[in-house]
Amino acid sequence: MLRQAILGLAAMVAATAAGPVMAQEPIRIGEINSYSGMAAFTVPYRQGWTLALEEVNAAGGVLGRKLEVVARDDGGKPEDAVRLAAELVANEKVAVLAGTFFSHIGLAVSDYARQHKVLFLGSEPLTDALTWSKGHRYAFRLRPSTYMQAAMLAEEAAKLPARRWATVAPNYEYGQSAVAAFKQLLLAKRPDVEFVSEQWPAQGKIDAGATAQAVALSRPDAIFNVTFGPDLGRFVREGNTRGLFRNRAVVSLLTGEPEYLDPLKDETPEGWIVTGYPWESIDTPEHKTFRDAYRARFNDYPRLGSVVGYGMIKSIAAAIAKAGSTDTEKLVDAMRGLTIPSPFGPMEYRAIDHQSTLGAYVGRTTVRDGKGIMVEWRYADGAKYLPDDATVRKLRPQE
Amino acid sequence: MDSLIGTLRLLAEEPSFAVAQALTGLAGASSLFLVSAGLTIVFGVTRVVNFAHGSFFMVGAYVAVSAITLVGFWPGMLVAALAVGALGVAVEVGILRRIYRAPELFQLLATFGLVLVIQDATLWLWGPEDRMGPRAPGLRGAVDVLGQPVPLYDLFLIAVGPLVLALLWLVFRRTRWGVLVRAATADREMTAALGVDQKRLFTGVFALGALLAGLGGALQVPREAANLHMDLNVIAEAFVVVVVGGMGSIVGAYLAAVLIGVVHAFGVLLFPKLTLVLVFLIMAAVLVVRPAGLLGEAPVPAGGGHGTGEPPLRPASPLLKLAGAALLVLLALLPLATEGYALVLMVDVLALALFAASLHFLMGVGGMISFGHAAYFGIGAYGAALAAKYLAAPMELALAFAPLAAAVAGLAFGWLCGRASGVYLAMLSLAFAQIAWSVAVQWLEVTGGDNGILGLWPSPWAAGPGAYYYLTLGLTTAGLLAIRWLAHTPFGQSLRAGRDSPRRAEALGMSVGARQWAAVAVAGAFAGLAGGLFAYAKGSVFPSFLAISRSVDGLVMVLLGGVQSLTGPIVGAIAYIGLADQLVRGVEYWRLVLGATIILLAVAFRGGLAGIAIRRAGAP
Repeated sequence: MLRQAILGLAAMVAATAAGPVMAQEPIRIGEINSYSGMAAFTVPYRQGWTLALEEVNAAGGVLGRKLEVVARDDGGKPEDAVRLAAELVANEKVAVLAGTFFSHIGLAVSDYARQHKVLFLGSEPLTDALTWSKGHRYAFRLRPSTYMQAAMLAEEAAKLPARRWATVAPNYEYGQSAVAAFKQLLLAKRPDVEFVSEQWPAQGKIDAGATAQAVALSRPDAIFNVTFGPDLGRFVREGNTRGLFRNRAVVSLLTGEPEYLDPLKDETPEGWIVTGYPWESIDTPEHKTFRDAYRARFNDYPRLGSVVGYGMIKSIAAAIAKAGSTDTEKLVDAMRGLTIPSPFGPMEYRAIDHQSTLGAYVGRTTVRDGKGIMVEWRYADGAKYLPDDATVRKLRPQE
Repeated sequence: MDSLIGTLRLLAEEPSFAVAQALTGLAGASSLFLVSAGLTIVFGVTRVVNFAHGSFFMVGAYVAVSAITLVGFWPGMLVAALAVGALGVAVEVGILRRIYRAPELFQLLATFGLVLVIQDATLWLWGPEDRMGPRAPGLRGAVDVLGQPVPLYDLFLIAVGPLVLALLWLVFRRTRWGVLVRAATADREMTAALGVDQKRLFTGVFALGALLAGLGGALQVPREAANLHMDLNVIAEAFVVVVVGGMGSIVGAYLAAVLIGVVHAFGVLLFPKLTLVLVFLIMAAVLVVRPAGLLGEAPVPAGGGHGTGEPPLRPASPLLKLAGAALLVLLALLPLATEGYALVLMVDVLALALFAASLHFLMGVGGMISFGHAAYFGIGAYGAALAAKYLAAPMELALAFAPLAAAVAGLAFGWLCGRASGVYLAMLSLAFAQIAWSVAVQWLEVTGGDNGILGLWPSPWAAGPGAYYYLTLGLTTAGLLAIRWLAHTPFGQSLRAGRDSPRRAEALGMSVGARQWAAVAVAGAFAGLAGGLFAYAKGSVFPSFLAISRSVDGLVMVLLGGVQSLTGPIVGAIAYIGLADQLVRGVEYWRLVLGATIILLAVAFRGGLAGIAIRRAGAP
């Protein structure tokens, strides 16, 4: 038996150690995501980066070499993500690490990137820590952070007459920092506002009826919601049944993203102020081009994940082209201040904190033809919702 | 505190609100009861702890969403329940029937494989998006109860719970089949001796359990979208209900479901940040006071837990020693062959082999099943991380701190549940691990919450992949040899005596309890060391180090390797991590393949991988 084990071990070692032979190889991007755990996001995300990859390669690739993505499933575990990062760097010889969905996994891979001096582009994780308190030279982020999206909503919330606010947020870092940022920004604009109730359902396990009741007990004028996914569906349904949202303004993070809005169908609440992605009604030329290409390729409409996956590849391709090399230090320098077009318009990776200025759409929800959509939306450019440079320098450890 | 007082004042002003909240809790209790009833019936008769019960619940919800569009709402519910019942029959006949005679944890292993298979099968069949079903026709709105809106569907659910309870009671008290099932619950062997066809009985019971889970899932459709996380979300709570109620007791399950449901509803109101931990605190409290649960009967002192008549432990044969030395040499030479990923992967394998071996010491040698062994692994990792973060301890000191912290946790746990044994002990260990996990997630200021503690990289001398690999290899080899040595000492032998025959051991003047207590601390310390090594390999610690899935990983590795053999956990760790690593990187539906492999191993090789070798070698 041990002989078998040794043979197996030797085979395993041989398989992992042999590695690829280098010969005018494609440039590889190591992509880590929660493919099996967050399929609702990762399926459109994968299609998004596939589309971008095909576009880049059809145009001759970068530096005369083709781009290639090596994707790995972290199974929702940060420790596995770190191991896969090592695998991608050591075995697949990737030039760049990218991806991740959950904030803590993004932070874990980012810390690996810092330690091993590899460029990491966090495409989806929202935590402010990624670019601020735990920010470093080798980590960049594509999506607007929790703070930025909370700031977009706080701006709208301040315009409402509501004075008594209740919050409902999943009880982990994302929910907590979203509520903290929203509170701080709203109170700065409206000192007369008070927060009368805070609900912290466990992520994925909301006791929706009890939570809706508990919010109602405090008789708020308005509600700030941070729950998403299955929790959101349950909360909306219970709230609708119990009349929780009647005559109450609701401001809700991420709810306008097709990933979370579509499952609500005709139960989509009317008039919530949300951040999201109204893919069907954005008719700017750059978005039309993207949407048409996506539809032609996949016979499906884009979700926000598609835009993120698409932007991730385009960002890395642009950075490699600008650096003229796949050397990490040169890539990092190229990424700082890199400006690229995106389906939402031009965006820039800020040199000061490595956060992109990609924005989000802020609008209201409504039901049309039995489906939830966003109306009366506007594009909130990410650059306008970040703190001033002095504050950012205080938030981010300086190199 | 202020918000707690504020909420209490609001409640005092509006007592009707408390009534509404209690009704909400009761509605939740009903759905919980349906799932738990099936689980407890199946356990009572077949002694199978069915990890896949939550998967049946999830499949019930998905089938219902699809069936409703075809045949309408109420028939759709029925179709879903029956379909899942049929799935239960298939699982029982196809898999479980083949392994009832295997060590009882093997069924657990098989059902865990099933969880993985069903997860990917559901993803493949229904796609990744959440499936929102319609509301129940006629029960869409809410009614006024003392001025508070209460959903009609909640009232319906509140009625369903007792109704199903009454039906089950009738079936078990008034039908011949029910009487036979109860007889089998009380004494399986005697029932069989009296000529009752066990196979059919077990199939029927399993189908009923699955049907109830499917019905529970279907009835959940108007409350939440069917999604791929339902299985694991519901299984942990269902375990709690079954254990608090007393395993095998249906009425107990109902009482426990009501207790948990109502506590949940008011917990949301009064301690909104503690919702994760509240349920497990209740479970721990109930089990410490009543070790067999509310209505459970005191468990009969178990024989072996994994088969009796096992030969005594013998020192390693010369062949095994030679093979072990050869493996060690091979491992020591590995960095000469590669600098790359193989070393990173082997660090994981080694640390987890030590983790699995410590669990095996507890289970195999001590006869104490643990569903929460990750607690020690995680506490070790957090111990090291906190020492590094707050005491600025260098890696060497932090690594020494890891087993210490875990051993202290082991002492505390052993003290708390000195009276429990068997499955109850396993469940208490699960509760303990969940409490530790909740603390890691929710004590943001100290543990960093979900984002964990970062920047935990080795000291410069051990920073290279080769150097850290040697450090891990040295420490795990020492740990593994120490565990092996301990099993052969008088302490290990008397621990085995306490496992196989507690009464005789006591009669001989050994304090079984004290030995088991020490064993928990020792196993904890080794798991803690493994956790510390793992943490420095990853550069960070996260609550997932203490999560249920990590405990399950440990169980799978031990069972794959074989419970009877001291070499088992090492082989199991190599096989499991290696297989998972290859699959994750190469196969899209890797959980399906992994799950199917685990089921196959559980069905085909009851002695685990190490058992195959033993059989080949001709030894018993």
